[in-house]
Amino acid sequence: MSTDPLLEVDGLRIALTSGGTTYNAAEDVSFEIGRGEAFGLVGESGCGKSITALAVMGLLKRPLSLAGGRIVLDGEEIQKASPARMRELRGSRIGMIFQEPMTALNPLSPVGRQIAEMFVLHQKAGWSEAMDRAEEALRQVRVPSPARRIKDYPHQLSGGMRQRVMIAIALACSPELLIADEPTTALDVTVQAEIIDLMAELCAAKGTAILMISHDLGLVANMCRRVAVMYAGRIVEAQPAEAIFATPQHPYTQGLVNSLPRLGERSRRGQQKLREIAGVVPSIQAYPSGCRFNPRCPRATEVCLTTPPAITPLPAANSAEALVRCHHHG
Amino acid sequence: MGDPLLALDDLAVHFKVGSTLGGGVHTLKAVDGVTLDVKPGECLGLVGESGCGKSTLALAIMGLVPPTRGHINLDGRDLMQRERLETARTVQMVFQDPYASLNPRQTVRRTLADPLRIHGVSDKAEVEARVVDMMAKVGLRPEHADRYPHEFSGGQRQRIGIARALILKPKLVICDEPVSALDVSIRAQIINLLLELKDELGLAYIMISHDLGVVEHVSDRVAVMYLGRIVEQGGWQEIFENPRHPYTRALIAAIPDPFHRAAVSARAKAKGEIPSALNPPPGCHFHPRCPLKADICVAQAPPLEAVAAGHRAACHFRDRRD
Repeated sequence: MSTDPLLEVDGLRIALTSGGTTYNAAEDVSFEIGRGEAFGLVGESGCGKSITALAVMGLLKRPLSLAGGRIVLDGEEIQKASPARMRELRGSRIGMIFQEPMTALNPLSPVGRQIAEMFVLHQKAGWSEAMDRAEEALRQVRVPSPARRIKDYPHQLSGGMRQRVMIAIALACSPELLIADEPTTALDVTVQAEIIDLMAELCAAKGTAILMISHDLGLVANMCRRVAVMYAGRIVEAQPAEAIFATPQHPYTQGLVNSLPRLGERSRRGQQKLREIAGVVPSIQAYPSGCRFNPRCPRATEVCLTTPPAITPLPAANSAEALVRCHHHG
Repeated sequence: MGDPLLALDDLAVHFKVGSTLGGGVHTLKAVDGVTLDVKPGECLGLVGESGCGKSTLALAIMGLVPPTRGHINLDGRDLMQRERLETARTVQMVFQDPYASLNPRQTVRRTLADPLRIHGVSDKAEVEARVVDMMAKVGLRPEHADRYPHEFSGGQRQRIGIARALILKPKLVICDEPVSALDVSIRAQIINLLLELKDELGLAYIMISHDLGVVEHVSDRVAVMYLGRIVEQGGWQEIFENPRHPYTRALIAAIPDPFHRAAVSARAKAKGEIPSALNPPPGCHFHPRCPLKADICVAQAPPLEAVAAGHRAACHFRDRRD
């Protein structure tokens, strides 16, 4: 990518304070997103992917707090920005889509008004002009009969339609970065496919970069050019999307890719049993020392128990493109 | 082949919704004419999205909602003629959410022992022996017996849920999305456990899921439901490698697995959203979303007809391959 990324997250550390003790809910999280690039962050619940997104948006709340690192958006260090400045950035330069559109939309306000608000707040438009543009925005996300729908309240829309409204709000001011946290998890599979296609198409047309957060490796790899995998608060691997599936380097990613019940796998392998990953995800109060995957790892040795592995760039690739955090990767 | 363990004949479950005071009473046809069977020791995958009636179908088989029309024959006898406890000894259920489906104030031992006592096992030593044995079968350690649900991870809770379903030695277990609430790295463990127990105990499963990958791995046969009706059923390989209903193809096309896709083109994706079951489209319920839609689809509901041995599809164009 270009030497001047749109978003640079460098050494991010997020602290969780609970009962007087401070834990690192995310640490040493670093990645870059180029202009117009789709980047995916994948992991299981509690791995730190969603709070990383919240940190970028400046929305961390107690008991979570930013404890270190830099977040640079287009040359501006936004981890130091004032709440007023962050409010300006959110909506105009960073758009956001959350998992459950019913809780993210205001139930007491018609959806057209919630879209129009973006133009009024961020672009100083008048309300009547803003309502016209809201109708156009609904048309763009392919809500049928938008002129009628702008008067609807969120509860009158289906889940898929609500998520279309969320996309319309997020992209209203043509932000440079769209953060989508599990945008389709609450939707049915056939509806999910439509929403993902719509998001990808609109972002490509507007040149919007995407930070996509999900537990679904397939979904993220489908949409993004590069994917980073998080485990227990750390990024353990980042690679171009095809390579994550074809040649995963970290034992966790390998285990994940192999354990997925993928369509066609049963015929190909001639076997019903899946290859499982042993053990359970550790809780934040009891992260193992050294590499946090070591209790579940088939390759763990002495060094894995004591020394956290450093990030290693993978050979044959640009260092920003592919990296792994494992003593015995490959 | 022998007799089926479960046979549904033109089963329908309709609900009355609304009020006589305003708006009028409407009929919601949650399940609308389903004919299916499950043989002993077989796993039937039941696929469909929200509102298709798969959970209502499960409740009807459990005897928890009465059928509006049609018959449920369980293990040789009509469900309506069976005692509730007798039905419970034959068919049990594993639920989606292992957090909500366990009593937080009961230990594992109590959760597993209560069904035995209710079903007349009074000998304390026998109850204890069966509890210990079942815990071992699902991979729980003996010291877990006196712990409460909150002390377990999601995967272990689902093991407790499975143990509870199996403690009465049922012949049929209905698994309603058994892994979708679990962490991705835990799912394979639970799927493998269900497969092992099926072989070891000779269980039959109805595996309800929207995850086609899971269904393909565990099922012997698959039925696809859409708005209360079965639209396609057949052997797992037939369904996934030669799907004949456009909705089945749309489900497969919707799977985000870019480097690994089955032979279904992106054009097979469904348009729009699932209509309300209160007011389903006339004719074939799928026609407003279907890439193959023609006039006949609006006028007539296609019957479920054979396309190959044991493979049936309800589509006017079941022989078209595009």
